Amino acid sequence: MAWEFESGLPIYLQAADMVQKRVIKGDYPRGSRLPAVRDLAMEAGVNPNTMQRALLLLEERGIVFSQRTAGRFVTEDAQLLEALKYQTARKQVLSFVKRMDELGYGPEELEVLFRRVIQEESTAAQISSENIMAGQEQAHGSL
Amino acid sequence: MSVLLECRNLTKRFGKVEAVSNLTFTMGSGRIIGLLGPNGSGKTTLTKMINGLLTPTKGELYIQGEKPGAATHGLVSYLPDKNYLNKRQKVSQVLDFFDDFYEDFNRRKAESMLADLQIDGSMSLKSMSKGTLEKLQLILVMSREAKLYVLDEPIAGVDPAARDYILRTIISNYNPEATVLISTHLIADIEQVLDDVIFIKQGKIELFAPVDMVREKEGRSVDALFREVFRC
Repeated sequence: MAWEFESGLPIYLQAADMVQKRVIKGDYPRGSRLPAVRDLAMEAGVNPNTMQRALLLLEERGIVFSQRTAGRFVTEDAQLLEALKYQTARKQVLSFVKRMDELGYGPEELEVLFRRVIQEESTAAQISSENIMAGQEQAHGSL
Repeated sequence: MSVLLECRNLTKRFGKVEAVSNLTFTMGSGRIIGLLGPNGSGKTTLTKMINGLLTPTKGELYIQGEKPGAATHGLVSYLPDKNYLNKRQKVSQVLDFFDDFYEDFNRRKAESMLADLQIDGSMSLKSMSKGTLEKLQLILVMSREAKLYVLDEPIAGVDPAARDYILRTIISNYNPEATVLISTHLIADIEQVLDDVIFIKQGKIELFAPVDMVREKEGRSVDALFREVFRC
């Protein structure tokens, strides 16, 4: 099945968070219409009642709204979505900081560590893409 | 949500063994319900009584207010745990049979689902793998416009891809007027498809609750709870 659910939490809460993430990311843009409950349920591999409950929760949060016959739409409220994005990212950062603290990294060290890892990763990505290019040229040369 | 199925003190004895013991419960419409229990807990006995294949020793069972019989056969679509189709037939002959036999059989729907799986009408049942045969049977059962679908172990013995197909078929056929009762011991695979679960143990109901309520209250999956309740 397409969506992975954790075992300890209600499924509708997790489904709501997954749809919410798509809204935050812009996969479902501001003001756009959401897919039908049944289609989302099919994609997620969950019961339509569960998906319905998830979307009702997003309505309560003000992230989507429903229009009687036309379906459900993403809010136009850019401020709300921006705040939501920040709140979601903030939670991730706090949980990251906590896990790093368990390894003995303090807040200042974390900044340094973070830059270093990002730097290493981008260098590694550059080298591997250069290798691919070089490989392609070689292949062309041998033809 | 209207009452679709009602059991009152439902009991079935085989000799000295009480396979189903004094069950009282009701089931509404628009639900997908898992009937979960280990082997020998009474799942198949209960589903057979719902279909009128077994008569209760004691107590009553009503489907939309009717006792199981000629009137309820049109309301209940049953997938038994065994293959009952004639293996010498072709798919098209089986479709003819269902068309003749069940007034509510939607042949076009069955044909379109079979086409999705590249199962051709000229294919003989003998040539089918176990998984394909199970998918065919499920398609036949889900293509009836029934009120209550009773599926006995629909996902046992098929590979994970076939299992996904079967679960997707159940979801895509969801109808707020109808209820699907799925009996199985493979919980982890179907948990997210279910509205409610019934735990049955030695013929008695241990639990009948919405899946998300169980997860909320227990902080773990229904599968994990099942393993504890039924620990050997």
